[in-house]
Amino acid sequence: MAQLNPRIPPGPLAEKWRRHKTEIKLVNPANKRKYEVIVVGAGLAGASAAATLAELGYKVSCFVFHDSPRRAHSIAAQGGINAAKNYQNDGDSVYRLFYDTIKGGDYRSREANVHRLAEVSVNIIDQCVAQGVPFAREYGGLLANRSFGGAQVSRTFYARGQTGQQLLLGAYSALSRAVGAGTVQLHANSEMLDLVVVDGHAKGIVARDLNTGVLSRHSADAVILATGGYGNVFNLSTYARGSNATAIWRAYKRGACFANPCFTQIHPTCIPVTGDYQSKLTLMSESLRNDGRIWVPKNREDCRKDPNSIAEESRDYYLERMYPAFGNLCPRDVASRAAKRVCDEGRGVGETGLGVYLDFSEAIGRLGEAGVRERYGNLFDIYREITDENAYKAPMRIFPAVHYTMGGLWVDYNLMSNVPGLFVLGEANFSDHGANRLGASALMQGLADGYFVIPYTVGDYLAGQSPAKRPSTEAPEFRQAEADVGGRTDKLFAVKGREPVSHFHKRLGNILWAGCGMARTKAGLEQALREIPALREEFWAQGHGVNVPGSGDNLNQSLERAGRVADFLELGELLCRDALAREESCGGHFREEHQYPDGECRRDDANFAHVAAWEYQGEGRDPARLVEPLNYEFVKMSVRNYK
Amino acid sequence: MSTGGTQSRSVTLRVWRQAGPEAPGRFVEYQAKDLNPNMSFLEMLDVVNDELTMKGEEPIAFAHDCREGICGTCSLVIDGKPHGPHRGIASCQTYLRSFEDGAVITVEPFRARPFPVVKDLVTDRSAFDKIQQAGGFITVRTGAAPEANVIPVPKGDAELAMDAAQCIGCGACAAACKNASAMLFVAAKVSHLGLLPQGQAERDRRVLAMVETMDGLGFGGCTNQYECSAACPKLISHDFIARLNRDYLAASIRSALKPVAQEGE
Repeated sequence: MAQLNPRIPPGPLAEKWRRHKTEIKLVNPANKRKYEVIVVGAGLAGASAAATLAELGYKVSCFVFHDSPRRAHSIAAQGGINAAKNYQNDGDSVYRLFYDTIKGGDYRSREANVHRLAEVSVNIIDQCVAQGVPFAREYGGLLANRSFGGAQVSRTFYARGQTGQQLLLGAYSALSRAVGAGTVQLHANSEMLDLVVVDGHAKGIVARDLNTGVLSRHSADAVILATGGYGNVFNLSTYARGSNATAIWRAYKRGACFANPCFTQIHPTCIPVTGDYQSKLTLMSESLRNDGRIWVPKNREDCRKDPNSIAEESRDYYLERMYPAFGNLCPRDVASRAAKRVCDEGRGVGETGLGVYLDFSEAIGRLGEAGVRERYGNLFDIYREITDENAYKAPMRIFPAVHYTMGGLWVDYNLMSNVPGLFVLGEANFSDHGANRLGASALMQGLADGYFVIPYTVGDYLAGQSPAKRPSTEAPEFRQAEADVGGRTDKLFAVKGREPVSHFHKRLGNILWAGCGMARTKAGLEQALREIPALREEFWAQGHGVNVPGSGDNLNQSLERAGRVADFLELGELLCRDALAREESCGGHFREEHQYPDGECRRDDANFAHVAAWEYQGEGRDPARLVEPLNYEFVKMSVRNYK
Repeated sequence: MSTGGTQSRSVTLRVWRQAGPEAPGRFVEYQAKDLNPNMSFLEMLDVVNDELTMKGEEPIAFAHDCREGICGTCSLVIDGKPHGPHRGIASCQTYLRSFEDGAVITVEPFRARPFPVVKDLVTDRSAFDKIQQAGGFITVRTGAAPEANVIPVPKGDAELAMDAAQCIGCGACAAACKNASAMLFVAAKVSHLGLLPQGQAERDRRVLAMVETMDGLGFGGCTNQYECSAACPKLISHDFIARLNRDYLAASIRSALKPVAQEGE
C-alpha cells in the first residue's frame, strides 16, 4: 500500500509557505546543470515550469503531443484569472481569495495548498504583465477587473474573451526564449506513453514521435507531468479533441495514486447539444453572467414560444429567485444543477428541451448594444457562428457541459506524487479546487504551480538525488517500458474489428453522462459499472471491436485516439467507483440520496472529509481506496450558502 | 456566402491525399451524404473518416484540436481559400450550411515551402516556432517582475497590442500569399510587444532577429496584396506590416550606428 503523507508544513496558515521555502533543501547553482528534468505538457503549468526550471539552470526536456507548445488547451480559456490584488479597493485580500476558493470547493481541498495559491496569485499578475500580456486596462492605464462566480469582489484580470490565449502565449514566449537559448530541449509531436520507475523513483518516460511512430526512451532525475484534465472521458466536453488522460493514467498504472476522480466540473453556460454527429461543445464564458440574466418560462406551454414574446411576469429568473445574494453569479456547480432541475421540470427551452435562456436585453437597455459588444463581442460572434442566431436580438440558449476535472493524480504539498520524483502540476493534479472549481481559478493554479511552486519544491527532492546515479536508458526498466508500449500498439492493430474508435468513445460518454454526470445515484453508478467493463470487452473483441487502420510507422490519428480511448475505458470505471464510494454530495459530486429538502448538497463531514486516492493493484484486481484526512485548522466547515 | 437553410446537404469532396512527406500526392473524391447543415466542416470529415475506417481504408489525416477557433491547429484550404469561404474564422468554425447542396468542394493542405506536408492535409509549421524562439519574447526572469500597476499602459496602446496579440499562429497568412510571406505573423508579434512599454528594451534586437530568421527559413517577401489579412481568422490588419517595416528600418539604422548588444533605449 502506498503511503499518503501530504507533508503540510506546521505553523500558522499565512506562514506555512514562507517558512517552507526557507527550510526546504536547495541545489547549488553549479550543480543544477547536472540535473535533468522532464516536463510533459506545455500548457500554462508545463510551459511556465519548463521555462522557469531552465532559468534556474536545470537541463530541461519538454514533451508535447501538439505540433507546437502554443496549442495546448489552456489557450481556450476565455474569462480571466483571479488574483488578490485588491486594485478595486473592494475589500479583497489573500485571505478572502483563499476563503472563497475553499468554500467554492465545498471544503474538500487542502487549506495549506489553497492559501499558497492565493498568496502567489499576485506574483502571477506581475509576471504576466512584465512578459507583455495585454490585459484589459482602464483609461488611466492601470489594470481593469471584472467579477466572476462565487465571489463578492471584483478580482478577475482579463484580456477580452481570450485570457487563456494571452497567458499561454506569455508562458510560450518564456519557453521559446529558453528553447532558442538551448536551455530547454523541445520535443513536439511527442506523446508520452509510459512512465519509467526505477527502484521506486520516477526516472524517465517512453515517448512516441507521432509523425514517424518511432518510440524513444528518456531518462531524467525527475519527471513533471502537466498534461491537463481528463474530461474527454465523457466524449462530449469543452475540451480540445486531443486532450487526454494517457500520461496520468500510465503513471497511475505505475503506482501513482489517482485522487478524487469523481470530482468533475459541469460548466453551466455552454451551447446546447444539437446532434449526434457533434464532436465537441463550446463554452460561453462565465463572464457573461456579469450582465446576462438566466431564465426559463414559468409555464411549460411557453417553452416553444419566441422568447421575446414571453412577458416579464411569465419568466422565472430562477438563479436570482433561489440565490438572491449571488444571483446569476453563483458557483458553477450550483448554477448547473439549477439548470438541470428546471429542465427536468419540463421548463427547458430549444428543440431538445435541454436549454435555458441567457438574456442580455436588460444589459443592452443599460449599456447599449455597443457597450455589450465591447465587453462580449467575440463571444456573441462565436455564438452566431455555431448557432446562426443573433444574441443581440434574442437570448442565447445555454446548457451545462463537462468542462474541467478537479480530481487528478495525488500530490503532496511539494506537488510530488506518492511515487518519489514524479511531480504533477495544473489540472493534472487534484490539489487546489476540492469538489468544485471557481471560475478564473484554473489559469491561476496552472501558473502558480509552474512559475512559483515547482521551482522551489523540485529542488527539495533533487538535492537528495545523485545525477551520477541517473539510470541509463538501457536499464531493464526502460527496455521493459518500451516493450510494453509497443505491445499495446500491436494489440490495438490486432483487434481488426468493425467499428471506428469514435463509436466506443461516444458510447462511453453516454454511459458516464447518464450515470456519473450532474446527478448520481447508487443504482445509476452500479449500472455504469456493469456497462463500462462490457463496453471495454467489446472494444477489444477480436474481429468485432475497434478497427485501427494503417500502420504504426507514420502519422496515424486513429491509432492515437484508439490508445487514448482505451485508457478512458479504464478511467471511466474508476470515476464511477469513486462516485459510488463517496456517499455524500459535495460540489460537483451530487448524489441524489444526499441532499437537503431544498435540493442543496448534503455533505457528510464526519465520514467523508477526506481525499480518496485510488491505488492500482494490477490487472483484473480492484484498486485500493486510500484516504488522506482533511484537517481544517483555520476555516470552519459549514454548509455552503449562496443565498 | 452563407447559403443558410435547414435542409440536409450532400457534397462531393476532392481531398488531397499524400502518404508522407516524400510521397507523391493526388486528389481523391469522396461522397458525403445527407448531412445536417449545422454540422461543422471538420465533423463532416469525422463522418467521412469513420466510413473509410469501416471499409478498412485509411482515414484522411487532418490537423485539428480545440475546434473553437483559438488553438490554430486546423489548417485546411477549402476551395482555394485558407480556412474556407468566410472571413475572420478558422477551418473548424466553418459549417455545412455555408455550402450548397450538391457542391463539389476541394480540400487541400496549407501550401507554403516552409510548411512541408507531413501527411494528407497535415503540414509541419514548426518554422513559426523557430521565428518565435529567435526573439518573440520579453526577457523577464520568473520572480523578477515589478508590481504590475507600476507601469501604466495607455488603454489605446493596450487595445492595439491586443489586436496584434490575437494571432493564433495558424499560418494561413503564409499559405494565402503567393510569395509564402510570413510578414503578417511576424508583424503581429513584433507589434504586440513593441507597442507596450515592457517591450522597449529588446525592441530593436527582437525585430532584427525575427526578420532574419523568417528570411532564413525560406518565407518570401511581402507583395503588398494583403491576401494574408484577408485569410487571417483573427482579421489581423496589414497595417501591422507597415509598423514592422518601420521598426525594422529604424532598428537597422540604429544597429549600424552602434552594436545592438549594448542597446537599451
